[in-house]
Amino acid sequence: MYYDLYNYWMVIILMMIGLYIVIKPSNLIKKLIGLNIFQTSVFIFYISVGKVSEGTAPIFSSTHSVYSNPLPHVLILTAIVVGIATMALALALVVRIKSAYGTVEDDELQEQDH
Amino acid sequence: MLDHLPILQVIVPLLAAPACLLLNNARLAWLFACLAGLISLVISVALLVQVQQSGVISYMLGSWEAPWGIEYRIDLLSAYVLLIISSLGTIVLLAANTGIRQEIAADKQSLFYVLYLLCMAGLLGIVATGDIFNVFVFLEISSLATYALVAFGRDRRALLAAYQYLIVGTIGATFLLIGIGLLYSMTGTLNIEDMANRLPVDTNSGTVYTAFIFMIVGIGLKLALFPLHLWLPNTYTYAPSIVTAFLAATATKVAIYLLIRVQFSIFGADFGGELIQPIFIVLGLLGVFVASTVAIKQSNIKRLFAYSSVAQIGYMIIGIGIGTSLSLQGTLLHLFNHALMKGALFLALAAVVYRIGSTDRTCFNGLAKHMPWTMAAIVIAGLSLIGVPLTVGFISKWYLVLASIDSGMWPVALLIVLGSLLAVYYVWALVESAYFGKADASATSSAPIKEAPLGLLIPLWLLVIANVYFGIDTRLPLEASASAASFLMGGGQ
Amino acid sequence: MVVTALAIVRVSDLFAAVMLSGIYGLLSASFFVALDAVDVAFTEAAVGAGIFPLLMMLVLGVTGRYEKTKLVPIKADVVKKLALVLALLVTGALLVFGTLDMPIFGAADAPAQQHVNIRYIQQSPTEIGIPNMVTSVLASYRGYDTFGEVLVIFTAAMGVLALFSSQLFSQVTASKNKAKNEMHEHNVLRIVSKMLIPFILLFAFYVQFHGEYGPGGGFQAGVIFAAGIILYTMLYGLDKARQVIKPTVLRVLCALGVFIYGTTGVVSMLAGGNFLDYSVLANDPVIGQHLGILVIELGVGITIAAGMILIFFAFSQQAETQLGEQ
Repeated sequence: MYYDLYNYWMVIILMMIGLYIVIKPSNLIKKLIGLNIFQTSVFIFYISVGKVSEGTAPIFSSTHSVYSNPLPHVLILTAIVVGIATMALALALVVRIKSAYGTVEDDELQEQDH
Repeated sequence: MLDHLPILQVIVPLLAAPACLLLNNARLAWLFACLAGLISLVISVALLVQVQQSGVISYMLGSWEAPWGIEYRIDLLSAYVLLIISSLGTIVLLAANTGIRQEIAADKQSLFYVLYLLCMAGLLGIVATGDIFNVFVFLEISSLATYALVAFGRDRRALLAAYQYLIVGTIGATFLLIGIGLLYSMTGTLNIEDMANRLPVDTNSGTVYTAFIFMIVGIGLKLALFPLHLWLPNTYTYAPSIVTAFLAATATKVAIYLLIRVQFSIFGADFGGELIQPIFIVLGLLGVFVASTVAIKQSNIKRLFAYSSVAQIGYMIIGIGIGTSLSLQGTLLHLFNHALMKGALFLALAAVVYRIGSTDRTCFNGLAKHMPWTMAAIVIAGLSLIGVPLTVGFISKWYLVLASIDSGMWPVALLIVLGSLLAVYYVWALVESAYFGKADASATSSAPIKEAPLGLLIPLWLLVIANVYFGIDTRLPLEASASAASFLMGGGQ
Repeated sequence: MVVTALAIVRVSDLFAAVMLSGIYGLLSASFFVALDAVDVAFTEAAVGAGIFPLLMMLVLGVTGRYEKTKLVPIKADVVKKLALVLALLVTGALLVFGTLDMPIFGAADAPAQQHVNIRYIQQSPTEIGIPNMVTSVLASYRGYDTFGEVLVIFTAAMGVLALFSSQLFSQVTASKNKAKNEMHEHNVLRIVSKMLIPFILLFAFYVQFHGEYGPGGGFQAGVIFAAGIILYTMLYGLDKARQVIKPTVLRVLCALGVFIYGTTGVVSMLAGGNFLDYSVLANDPVIGQHLGILVIELGVGITIAAGMILIFFAFSQQAETQLGEQ
């Protein structure tokens, strides 16, 4: 039975790797890459919830009768857009931080303000 | 048109935002934004009246009935919070024209109003909706707008604060998303009410517990729930003062609302009761004491009040933790009252920044002579923060104390009163230096400091008067919060 | 995918990390295809392996390519790291615990597949009249979420504009950095791309209007269209691109898309329905739905394309000025 859940577990491993990159003190850009991994893994989790065995893509056709669940797909489409919007704003902040501080390393930034 | 009030509440400011962009003139944009704000204020009053008379309003977007489409659902609680956001948001907006003149470059000001309206509409959307995924979408609209608003701050540390807030906020939102996903996999629905009905509570499902924890932690990050509050002081300190006033008065309130919604409307008042209630009480108390103590040590007054906000959030969490109808009423009252007093305090600080350009403690020495109205406002709002009778702050503390005694939690009641003493300490220190302190010789040598302009003073005193008025004539918030609290406890659905 | 993610943890060359995250995006896109989510895969490929690495690279051009690594690991850091790993393990364990009670992967009788979903699958082809159920749910049943999504992009574009200098909108600065970013030496590349760009834009229109039948729709079309313009910008420089599409026009378009969407909602309100109820837009509800979806998808496409291009322009403008200063 647990074998059937392994898909979710892989997602959890990805989530934790992403979260690790985000929280670990490092380069601001690298944190964003981590955030991206974290978010994408959540997307995979949602899509996995919607999968139906033997199902096909939820586009109506006369040859198929079993479809995967379209709702998680819709939610994740929205979430991807939200994700890239967040990234764009975050990168803009990073560019401004670079011009204000001259660095994008977490620890060097902390030092400059104290 | 009356049928459409729930959606108009949100889309009026939402569509006013791109319109402001097209105006491309700061002054026009401001007037237009104020107009949109006033309209949404009127709508929220009408909604509250409507809910009180005829019960829950449900509005189906796209006319698809509830679990299939997205539902807007206005009950007493959401109508109450909508009123808080739209009134405070609008009053702060009135002050914005003057308030941002010194802090934001002229060519960015119309963008400021665009983002402000988006943020406000996002917050309203979170409260009005009855669909949990829609909450996430509007949460992100308001959050993205907030990050940009914070980054408007003149100090370069505002950029770093905005970045940190963005990282924390996004992690919080993603946690919420994980929780939503887990719940969806167990119930097959996203509608809050439908979800509550379908939740298999009796089976003690681990998935549901995990979803609960992830949602609470995610909201806790947004809420600055102690010990997840680390982003808040920097954000509040370095954001433009108007933005701080707006955020302090509305954003954390919406997070509290969301917490109440998730706890009471989705999972039910009793879910995880024995486990989560003591945790909330302990975290709340810790928040009150640690944050108040840190606040005393701050030399930047804006930062001081930022920490004080963390402490006040602690009080609200205690109310949720005690978990009786009375304590919940205390929390809801404090929601309203804290919005009033922190709105007033941060607007007063905006006035100080406008004239002096800093909120460092030393700047306040002898300031009462130069800015009597501003300082008087700080005194009254400060008294309210402490919880002195005849101000709103008293009412909510009183209910929280009553509720804890009522539930037999004497120590909690005692600690709430003790926590207020800490507030006395830091407010008094400020008042003392403003009224009895001597200004530095170097500061007085330059041009004399004038009282803040009317554009700031009028909205500020509107809030100050509200602080006193609702402290004496307590009917409106008492009635609204009492019925909202009993509504939540009575099954909540 | 786990391997790629782990590689990103280790590598300190940020350029490589960005490339790896592009691969990661592509891998997850193919994973989505395997899970029947073609629409999502399309979007993830465009965003995760397209727009995201592109923006990243622009930023790296400004901030520098390498992450600084400490030569001597400090003891406090090691303790912190351990605490962090521990916290993550607890979180991960909690999630694993959470999945234990979940319906097994792919089960057709799971609650998620049973409740709301059934109507989407069985009724939407007749209620809405279009075969792509994802589009039906996205644009009609949950059309308000999509409105929110458009606003998210709008907010982000406004945020980016607020952060960067408003030089982008002034005409004067244009000629100064001329010829800097142009790829004069890559003639083959220029010609091939020049031939490609019209097709990319054409493809965008196809995706825009084909979304009802196959995977695609306003969002994907917007991204593809933006990609075409971005390619043009990379080849001919920002100044030329700004002459083709004026940033001020983009700003108006970005707001216009939101208006198109919002107005559709308001019109359906005036026609007697609720907000975004397309059925009242025509005598026959199904035709009304068709019409509504067509219009709002257009709004989505316009805002997304204009927003993305605007964000990209703002970034390259800022990169030019900042590099000029250094």
